[in-house]
Amino acid sequence: MLTRRIIPCLDVKDNRVVKGVNFLNLRDAGDPVELGARYSDEGADELVFLDITATIRSRKTIVDLVEKVAENVFIPFTVGGGIQTVEQIDELLRSGAEKVSVNTAAVSNPDLLAEAAQRFGNQCVVLAIDARCSKDRPGHWQVCVKAGSEPTDIDVVQWAVKAEELGAGEILLTSMDADGTKAGYDNELNKAVTDAVNIPVIASGGAGTLDHLYDAIVDGGADAVLMASITHFGNYGIKQMKEYLREKGIPVNL
Amino acid sequence: MIIVIDYNVGNVKSVCNAFRYLGCEVQLSCDPEAVKNATGIVLPGVAAFGYAVNALGSLAEVIKEVALNGKPLLGICVGYQMLFETSIEYGKHNGLGLIAGNVVPIPEGRVIPHMGWNLVEFPDGMDLFAGLCKQKHFYFAHSFHAEPTDEQAKIAYTDYGVDLVASVQKENIYGTQFHPEKSGQSGLTVLQNFYNICKRESS
Repeated sequence: MLTRRIIPCLDVKDNRVVKGVNFLNLRDAGDPVELGARYSDEGADELVFLDITATIRSRKTIVDLVEKVAENVFIPFTVGGGIQTVEQIDELLRSGAEKVSVNTAAVSNPDLLAEAAQRFGNQCVVLAIDARCSKDRPGHWQVCVKAGSEPTDIDVVQWAVKAEELGAGEILLTSMDADGTKAGYDNELNKAVTDAVNIPVIASGGAGTLDHLYDAIVDGGADAVLMASITHFGNYGIKQMKEYLREKGIPVNL
Repeated sequence: MIIVIDYNVGNVKSVCNAFRYLGCEVQLSCDPEAVKNATGIVLPGVAAFGYAVNALGSLAEVIKEVALNGKPLLGICVGYQMLFETSIEYGKHNGLGLIAGNVVPIPEGRVIPHMGWNLVEFPDGMDLFAGLCKQKHFYFAHSFHAEPTDEQAKIAYTDYGVDLVASVQKENIYGTQFHPEKSGQSGLTVLQNFYNICKRESS
């Protein structure tokens, strides 16, 4: 049986892992390669590296980082942040990333998902969605772009469905409202999206306790759970998370 | 020296990294002479099937020839799928035809791609899994799967509501639908086993 995945997320800025609350107030969490290798040793199923500066200068840094991680870590990892073209995706895959996530560029140019899927296969095309509760339409969420700074009129569930049709192979769904709060994932959001699509969904934003992971899988229907704050700052080990989930009947790779 | 085929698609470097980490001699190459002189060939793949077959071009014939002459060949993911006769991913394409069978979509009614760590059960006598217990988790990421019809092939399965073929062995030709280079310690053992097979066959 396919296991549910535990995925630590490493937000990278100036070659350091950082973590904020609601995308703000960043705190240093260590060296990305060292931290990635440590999580792999501890039993993480995958890693996600997000270049949160995503400037032309940081692009080179992130390729170097991908190469270093790939020399030391033998589990899959996804890289994202500011990726705009099929050529950039190719460069990151060739440098050793298993998957690449796109966000803002896919919103402004949805064909990017189709082009990337036809060339690399949809299994390495991850659509990242930064979702925020809509103030005007309760029970709906709006897609935000440019690292969450710019809300759009696009409905999250509709965008997820369209992205699947275009060629996205996975959705990394971050609740901006829950991000960094440690108050639990937004499982209404997770459920709305997992019910609407047939590709795997990674729940992201809000993990604070072991129960939260279980709830995202059972109530939210998530195929994988992503977390940052609770692993970086030592609240829970990966093994502890997996043992907890296994005891509650969730299949994990332990 | 193991040659990992460099055909300008996706993540081919990770396979080299894993062999180097194990201390095995390996080189990324698309030179037909290097392929002919190698102790073993790895055909990696992160790409769509049609794109990968086109990118491989005339090298396909070279790989086929050396494999039919007994050189160990390991196909990974799409590289594994290319060992079969045809695929219908984004149109119909011919593979290398080294193992009888075809590549088709994973049956509907489940989350697709089949993405993540799934348990693979090994039958006896599959050399790639030497030293591993009866079953291990490996990392999969695919929407299409191969249906071998080759009666000589040994097959390992994984359960995704339906049985999916996880690995095939036909004489000197090996394939894994999963990514051994991304499957932690168990995956490294598979690559070490392939390296040992190559060494044994060339001595």
